Amino acid sequence: MMKTSLITAAILSVSFAGHALAEGTLDAVKARGIVQCGVTTGLAGFSNPDEKGNWEGLDVDVCRAVAAAALGDAKKVKYIPLTAKERFTALQSGEIDILSRNTTWTQTRDTQLGLNFAGVNYYDGQGFMVSKKLGVSSAKELDGAAFCIQAGTTTELNLASYFRQHGMSFSPVVFDTSDQTAKGFDAGRCDVLTSDQSQLYAIRIKLEKPDDALVLPEVISKEPLGPVVRQGDDQWFNVVKWSYNAMLNAEELGITSANADEMMKSNNPEVRGFLGLEGPKGAGLELNDDWAYQIVKQVGNYGESFENNVGMNSPLKISRGLNALWVNGGLQYAPPMR
Amino acid sequence: MSTPDRSNKENSATQSSSGSFWNDPDKRSLVFQVLLVLGLAAVFLYIINNTLTNLEQRGITTGFAFLDVEAGFGILQSLIPYTETDSYGRTFLVGLLNTILVSVLGIIAATFLGFFLGVGRLSKNWLISKVCTVYIEIFRNIPLLLQIFFWYYAVLRTLPSPRQSIEFLGSFLNIRGLYMPELVGTGGFNVVWIAFFAGLVATWLMKRWADKRHDDTGQEFPTLYAGLGLILGLPFIVFLIMGMPLTVEHPELKGFNFVGGMVLIPELMALWFALTIYTAAFIAEIVRGGILSVPGGQLEAASALGLPRGKTLRFIILPQALRVIIPPLTSQYLNLTKNSSLATAIGYPDLVSVFAGTTLNQTGQAIEVIFMTMAVYLTLSILTSIFMNWYNSRKALIER
Repeated sequence: MMKTSLITAAILSVSFAGHALAEGTLDAVKARGIVQCGVTTGLAGFSNPDEKGNWEGLDVDVCRAVAAAALGDAKKVKYIPLTAKERFTALQSGEIDILSRNTTWTQTRDTQLGLNFAGVNYYDGQGFMVSKKLGVSSAKELDGAAFCIQAGTTTELNLASYFRQHGMSFSPVVFDTSDQTAKGFDAGRCDVLTSDQSQLYAIRIKLEKPDDALVLPEVISKEPLGPVVRQGDDQWFNVVKWSYNAMLNAEELGITSANADEMMKSNNPEVRGFLGLEGPKGAGLELNDDWAYQIVKQVGNYGESFENNVGMNSPLKISRGLNALWVNGGLQYAPPMR
Repeated sequence: MSTPDRSNKENSATQSSSGSFWNDPDKRSLVFQVLLVLGLAAVFLYIINNTLTNLEQRGITTGFAFLDVEAGFGILQSLIPYTETDSYGRTFLVGLLNTILVSVLGIIAATFLGFFLGVGRLSKNWLISKVCTVYIEIFRNIPLLLQIFFWYYAVLRTLPSPRQSIEFLGSFLNIRGLYMPELVGTGGFNVVWIAFFAGLVATWLMKRWADKRHDDTGQEFPTLYAGLGLILGLPFIVFLIMGMPLTVEHPELKGFNFVGGMVLIPELMALWFALTIYTAAFIAEIVRGGILSVPGGQLEAASALGLPRGKTLRFIILPQALRVIIPPLTSQYLNLTKNSSLATAIGYPDLVSVFAGTTLNQTGQAIEVIFMTMAVYLTLSILTSIFMNWYNSRKALIER
């Protein structure tokens, strides 16, 4: 009911919104003094409120970076928790400025929903988590099993095509939030919980007995997750894209939240360009010249964000893997800032 | 929007003599009504046009072409054959049928339970009446969503895993659902169905004949037992004659779960229980109100005529009580149907969960999908209303 009314409200806003679009999102954000950011209803490591109610996570840091770049203050973000089903409608209707909610970049979403993906902040793939009691060691042995899945995700599609491809049958039990899938798995309603691998680790630490659950080695899909904005507002698209690129470039250049002030004295032209002392500065983005400095000072670079939220400094302990910088053999690569 | 006719007529007689167009209330109100309709039409046109413009501006695909596209996702329960390669249009049908299934099951069960509870609350037996009162007060005062969660999570957790299933009467109950043997009719079973329907028609004809004879001669005829014999006995005899054309398919444990037979998934059971138990509490109060609305004098008159208790109930109380019961009962049926959309909370694949959930999200066609979903609930509600109004008009007091 609640879900439907939210979608209906979003539809009404599409119907009634007059010329709000004529004004760019960046101008609207500056006038409002706050970035409206769509996040999950709670997924450890990616977007999750801490015990004080402050949102934190890898996806949250993208929003904070955008706020730091656009408004000079990473705290000026309003977080709007959305289920997977609600997220695109919320963005389409202008309820949020940016969707940073472990969302997979696919052709349909990029071309038919009026959305643009501004980058990939986590390279993921779909995996399976089973109870150790089942004695299963490979996804190929899951013929006839029941799967807990979250509604409105690419997971639903991947699962169906994987089983069709291997000529196996399955029964999907579809829930609204990732929390509910975890409950269903805990209760034993399904044999397998399937989702993006990063989420499996995040869900596992919330289970009643995390040690009883096993993540299978198979990865059955490509899940490039990234921040999303509305199509047709290139200026805002650029701001989000380059806010994220700045986090990657900062890591590559060795600029961290701790040494950002010190780096101001650097002779390296790339570092000076990054910090807005020379080079393109903020003019093309219609931001202050120190926009990238504010990001790295207040939010940190990508490596810091990764380690603190999902990496070794977090309970998830996910290794960088595909998400290492290209110089370290990973896929994270940002165009130069010059 | 309606104009007060009564005063208009009087006024128009006195004021139309002044000749001015604006002084004639009839014409004036006509002008205002035309203006209102035009204004509403303009607002709707503006909304539609604005929506289309905005959608195009944002590069969102519109139209119903998506219904033919391959869906590509699985659905837990389907009354019609469905695979991942079927279209989004098919997912609409699957969701719709699942919604209708749980609504019909819920309406039937809630009506029976509600009638028993309503009559029970009026019982002279202290224990029965108090138990019914407590039931009604508890279940109609707890939000439905919580009850659904209770039946789903609380009950789900107490059920065993497939390998430790509870077995009874060839059925298996476990956390994946209730697996029952399925009766599969083989060649010649259709004749049994024909016999069943023939029995129904014969009973109806017999009832008409018996009523007429009763009116003419006052003689009684055991319609109930004769009817039961025709409806159940006739097909059974045919069934035996045809050589029992029926096989039983038993569920068997295979791999992770049971295969074969019929299955009632726990999502359906939880939703059905919750809807039934919640709505029955309201129906019970409606039934109680209906029975209490029959004046006590009617009862006394019936016993003065020497009518036995059963007949008093059938011919005196119920016909009068039903008149009071049916209209609010219709509302409860409509509520139950609409409440079934809470299914999405526990993963029962109803219309809202499958179509307004997954399909909406995979296609991004929010406006089309929500429009279709709303149209479905509107249609289901109107159909229920029409049927209940027809039934009501048959039961209503015919004033002469």
